[in-house]
Amino acid sequence: MQELLVQYLPILIFLGIAVGLAVLMVAASLIVAQQKPDREKLSPYECGFDPFEDARGRFDVRFYLVAILFIIFDLEVAFLFPWAVAFGDIGALGLWSMMVFLAVLTIGFVYEWKKGALEWE
Amino acid sequence: MILSALAFYGFSTVAIAAGVMVISARNPVHSVLFLILAFFNAAGLFVLMGAEFLAFILVIVYVGAVAVLFMFVVMMLDINVVEMRQGFLQYLPIGGLIGTVLLLELIFVVTSWAVAPESGGLLAAKAPALTEAHNTEALGRLLYTKYIYLFQGAGMVLLLAMVGAIVLTLRGRPGVRRQRIGHQVRLRRDDVVEIKDVPTGTGI
Repeated sequence: MQELLVQYLPILIFLGIAVGLAVLMVAASLIVAQQKPDREKLSPYECGFDPFEDARGRFDVRFYLVAILFIIFDLEVAFLFPWAVAFGDIGALGLWSMMVFLAVLTIGFVYEWKKGALEWE
Repeated sequence: MILSALAFYGFSTVAIAAGVMVISARNPVHSVLFLILAFFNAAGLFVLMGAEFLAFILVIVYVGAVAVLFMFVVMMLDINVVEMRQGFLQYLPIGGLIGTVLLLELIFVVTSWAVAPESGGLLAAKAPALTEAHNTEALGRLLYTKYIYLFQGAGMVLLLAMVGAIVLTLRGRPGVRRQRIGHQVRLRRDDVVEIKDVPTGTGI
């Protein structure tokens, strides 16, 4: 348990450096630089002209479909990692259980392909 | 091991603070960003417990995919921030009531919880020690054989989610011109080009 955590120590140190550096840079620019905010400086701008519309435009529902299909195949791949690592121990049952799992998801994949959910018009 | 204790308190403090900010941030997009911060800190807590695989799956699946999905949902809803804040105090009594009931239930469960004396042995028998197999391997040994029905059930749930999302959100748009490569390749010269014999001086 402790050896495992010691292996993660460099990541913790990097995390500390990253957070410290970010805080340092923001704080330094707040302390050192002159702050003279006015209405024009603080307003959002689009490269020289007044913004045409709010930046929070509505997204199309098709983005949602792409995101949810991505999550599903992401989870499918996540299930493959422990299977590959423990492949030597789980024998034929493990192999075929994964094959059935993949076949079920391939049915879904064929369905979405045929429905045209992957096409972007 | 003072460092792991410090890391635990750091991760959990930031996780709770980010959780509070998720429900109190004025801008829903900021809420999603704080949610991502909470996911990262939960991943750090998983690593401290020794569950490396879960930690990285949390980062890959939740930060990489679920947070993006939430972002799309937030951007799709077109929430008027000012309007939403007006109803906030109105729902406070019923929300507070539900929260209190949940808290009381949790307190009852935790105070009356008794661990069966033989349960420790059951737990120890299932998962091999960390020195023998790291936890991705320990998970893999159990998930695909001992818990095969649950695993196949997970596959069915994923299939259902896929079909459901397509049925609910896919709309065919009329009047869209798609590229049909087979059709383009099959075209012969005679289908698209016509030679007219135009007499001189008359025009078509």
